[in-house]
Amino acid sequence: MSGQILSKSSGFFDDYIHKPGEDKSSTHYCPGCGHGILHKLIAEALVDNDATEKAVFVSPVGCSVFAYYYFNAGNFQAAHGRAPAVATGIKRSLPDSVVISYQGDGDLAAIGGNEILHAANRGEAISVFFVNNGIYGMTGGQMAPTTLVGTKTTTTPYGRTLRNEGYPIQMAEIIASLKAPVYVERVMMADTKSINAARKAVRKAIKNQVEKKGFSFVEILSTCPTGWKMTPVQSQEWLISTYQEHFPLGVLKDISDQVEPLNLDHNYAELSQVPTLIDLPKENFEVHKENIPDVVDEEIIVAGFGGQGVLTLGVWLSEMGMREDLNVSWIPSYGPEMRGGTANCNVKMSTKRIGAPVIAHPTVLIVMNKPSLDKYGETLVENGIMLYDSSLMGDDLERTDIVKIPVPATKIANELGNTRISNVIFLGVLTGLSDFLDESVVRNTLPMIFKKRHLLDINLKAFERGLEISRAYKK
Amino acid sequence: MAKSRGFVAVNTEECKGCKLCVDACPVDVLSISSLFNVHGYNHAEYEGQGCTGCGVCFYACPEPGALVVFKNWEKVRMNYHVIEKDIVIPLQIKDAKKGIAMSEDGAFEVDLSQFKNLHFTE
Repeated sequence: MSGQILSKSSGFFDDYIHKPGEDKSSTHYCPGCGHGILHKLIAEALVDNDATEKAVFVSPVGCSVFAYYYFNAGNFQAAHGRAPAVATGIKRSLPDSVVISYQGDGDLAAIGGNEILHAANRGEAISVFFVNNGIYGMTGGQMAPTTLVGTKTTTTPYGRTLRNEGYPIQMAEIIASLKAPVYVERVMMADTKSINAARKAVRKAIKNQVEKKGFSFVEILSTCPTGWKMTPVQSQEWLISTYQEHFPLGVLKDISDQVEPLNLDHNYAELSQVPTLIDLPKENFEVHKENIPDVVDEEIIVAGFGGQGVLTLGVWLSEMGMREDLNVSWIPSYGPEMRGGTANCNVKMSTKRIGAPVIAHPTVLIVMNKPSLDKYGETLVENGIMLYDSSLMGDDLERTDIVKIPVPATKIANELGNTRISNVIFLGVLTGLSDFLDESVVRNTLPMIFKKRHLLDINLKAFERGLEISRAYKK
Repeated sequence: MAKSRGFVAVNTEECKGCKLCVDACPVDVLSISSLFNVHGYNHAEYEGQGCTGCGVCFYACPEPGALVVFKNWEKVRMNYHVIEKDIVIPLQIKDAKKGIAMSEDGAFEVDLSQFKNLHFTE
């Protein structure tokens, strides 16, 4: 201890400029809150490891959600409990960063139990600080998974019972039982001795990451004087007298000296390599755009039952749209079954940017079964085009303000030898009728969809049959 | 009491009066003031003598900027106090950034910035 002065770490902002309100100099934490002490320990460790510039905090939900007001470091806000997953993404894309997942017990042990287990099991090279104070402090004192048996909280007014809520969960032990983590310790912030131990643990967890050692996990027993309804001094005494008995302190696992630094260089494909890797030659990405009008704004609903190729037809339409250099969107809606059940998709194709992918009133409706006709028939815009499978249903839609085109798709498909190509017949009819799809583009695109020769032949035949039907209606 | 080896300056506007430093201080030279700060807390104060500069209060304090602990106070106190003063007067830092400190003689400027980034090293 050779320093001359102990003052606010440069790991903090001088003024908490991101904090709303007039007071930019003090934290939002309650008097005596353990978060403040831990913040100081982390900030100091970051500065001493020369890591403030590359530090990224991931703060999910809890009082510490506002850690970014204070730390002069990067910050990502994660959804409740998902900090380890977000931290994984950051660490993998920025391997030289120092990623800190700062989580409370409601966050890490309850809603985020899954994320932390798998991040630990993968051995992500991040540092996790788990603040265990046995209560949901921010939301007003509800039971946490770590609350001791017998403790009264707002959600356990008669005290936590084994019968109802089970044992307090010991996260450090669980994490330490996994193979991948290199360092797991439980510390406490209650008196000079324990705070000094916590300080060492925090420094080690950060140092491990700087040295690329792997997953480090520090569980910190902390106080919540407000939630516990105690004074700060009483809270620390209770930590020592009661809480630590249930959460034994100490190093639960430390193999950081035995492991080699990890190679964190990522091995991802460059964007330019992707077409080759997924077997798409580059020339196929050429945009066509010759025979279509300057303004296109089509909203197409394709509906039928699962297995008819309803969603696939929608994907093809968006694919063709892209090749015409249009903006497209495709959004499916279907049941859990792969075949059977209802299925539909909304496809937008526009020269303008698309705001929302959902369609209320389609300009084109392709219905492939009767329930879909009943459901969507009335939503079609005036003068809209309705294609329906006349081999499966009659035309009993009482509308005269739309163009109805019967397409005996299933019948033709059966004649050609495969019921499943009825969607291509609809594609042919729509291509023939519309001014926004070019038949040559479709013909050139189909070989990329159907790589097997015999499938391509039958689908091209089906497409031509569709075009034939459309000629009778073309103005 | 022997010469004080250390000195604690309290930033009264950041102190929340949680008393953890008072409880932690091994030589019992910190106390809670009867004065209120702008937030309505009774802030901590240093009694002016006896600090050893151990830094225990600094690590007990949850507020990043509320306490500043000076070590080797005898050597550096001249930088912070009016030279002709014989006794150490309780120093309260009102604004750590501008280095305005309060003593019985009123506010005066001290230079804290040069010590900003010094820390414990193990």
